[in-house]
Amino acid sequence: MNQAAPAIRVSDLRKRFRTTLALDGVSLDIQPGEFFGLLGPNGAGKTTLISILAGLTRADSGHAAIMGHDVVRDYRQARRALGVVPQELVYDPFFNVRETLRIQSGYFGLRHNDGWIDEIMHHLDLTPHADKNTQSLSGGMKRRLLVAQALVHKPPVIVLDEPTAGVDVDLRRSLWEFVSGLNREGHTILLTTHYLEEAEALCGRIAMLKSGRIVALDATRNLLQLTNEHCAQLRLDAERVPAPWQGRLQRDADGCWRINFGDYAELETLLADLRGADVRVLEMHLQEPDLEDVFTDIMKRT
Amino acid sequence: MSGLSALFYKELLRFWKVVVQTVVAPVVTALLYLLIFSHVLEAHVQVYPGVSYTSFLVPGLVMMSMLQNAFSNSSSSLIQSKMQGNIVFVLLPPLSYLEFFLAYLGAAVIRGLVVGLGVWAVTLWYTPFQLPHPLWMLAYALLACAVMGAVGIVAGVWAEKFDQLAAFQNFLILPLTFLSGVFYSIHSLPPFWQAVSRVNPVFYLIDGFRYAFVGQSDTDPMLGLLVAGACFVAISALTLMLLKSGYKLRH
Repeated sequence: MNQAAPAIRVSDLRKRFRTTLALDGVSLDIQPGEFFGLLGPNGAGKTTLISILAGLTRADSGHAAIMGHDVVRDYRQARRALGVVPQELVYDPFFNVRETLRIQSGYFGLRHNDGWIDEIMHHLDLTPHADKNTQSLSGGMKRRLLVAQALVHKPPVIVLDEPTAGVDVDLRRSLWEFVSGLNREGHTILLTTHYLEEAEALCGRIAMLKSGRIVALDATRNLLQLTNEHCAQLRLDAERVPAPWQGRLQRDADGCWRINFGDYAELETLLADLRGADVRVLEMHLQEPDLEDVFTDIMKRT
Repeated sequence: MSGLSALFYKELLRFWKVVVQTVVAPVVTALLYLLIFSHVLEAHVQVYPGVSYTSFLVPGLVMMSMLQNAFSNSSSSLIQSKMQGNIVFVLLPPLSYLEFFLAYLGAAVIRGLVVGLGVWAVTLWYTPFQLPHPLWMLAYALLACAVMGAVGIVAGVWAEKFDQLAAFQNFLILPLTFLSGVFYSIHSLPPFWQAVSRVNPVFYLIDGFRYAFVGQSDTDPMLGLLVAGACFVAISALTLMLLKSGYKLRH
């Protein structure tokens, strides 16, 4: 394994499916140990990109490498370094949980892997279900099994393709605790998700894809600064606001006043003017800009 | 455990877990064929001098069962994996296309041989044990299962739906196996159908396999072995080419 190489390197990847251009020259480096988010609307090319990394799809041009191993030329090393949790909830109904994990280990040439299999099952709460046929598992348990299967060979790079789609809150939380733990241990995580709050909470860096192109790529905190639209919601003891603020403040159906502002100084002025006009603030809520605002903004602009 | 042996083991375990469907059922089917055809024809038909119709029929039934089950094993495993999406478990690991081929082929051969042995074992109640040419038997059995195992891989990779695979099975595999001299000698056919039979590779497999049991055949067993060998090389080359290109497996 090439330690100096990026965990994932993608250079000018292009892929067309008949009339659809799924990837249009995507280049990206993800460093070892990163928790990286890949966001984009449906059809943006996220799954195509992941499929190329995993060797499930072949790019028309460009290169992709995992830990310095080209996914086509050096596919054995590349696949050993990669664990993929697929988006679809797939399972093999012929086997139970333990058999599934043993067989999956075998595909990676690992014969005596029971110690690690027990550990993964323990961490993912699969141990009580070890002898159950995969068909009889609940959706959440099947999802956990998919995660376990992706980890049987201890890959340094883990790709999770929308792993929490349709998953209940408890499982989502425990899954993220587990994956964050893996990241702290040094695993590189590439995550695609539709839940932007997840990406905001977990990912150090984020790339946004649209129509097969990267339209934003930066540290999550930098992306959050791209939009400075804060929002304040106020309940006042008056029916009218001072004249300069009429128009700036919008009244909600429930009687609250709402204002979008870029700078906290503006909010300070508003509060001073309200005090000067003898209007009392009964209640105030502040809303910070979130990734969803940035995402919506970028998708609109590009 | 190498990736190849793991996939081979998984394929064996897969059919063994449903042994009633994959082994017992075809043995019962073959036994029914034997009971009905031997009951109706035993007293009326003698294909080769000194060989009873039941003794003539048994090797054909054993071979037909092996062919159909070797095909079924690889084709049904692949189509099920594709339809259920769990084929990704095999596509994500570092398995080469050659390992993929050998594992599916190996399991198909084993299933074919297990079913063949089962059919042969139950028919021993109805015919005396005789096997004058065991090596011919072994060579034909292995080659036949390998040919159909490889055809099954092609069908399983090609088919996108169960009905496409059923069409492959009903309109190609079944006619090839039924119209190949399982129940009759091709010498009993009109010249045209004799000529047609001679271009059916399955005819050579059944004819040569029968030679191992009864010591008589319609053609030279060496010719049959060459035809079957050539078929195996051709179908394997095609299968490997498809797998290497990622046809219908990797986009």
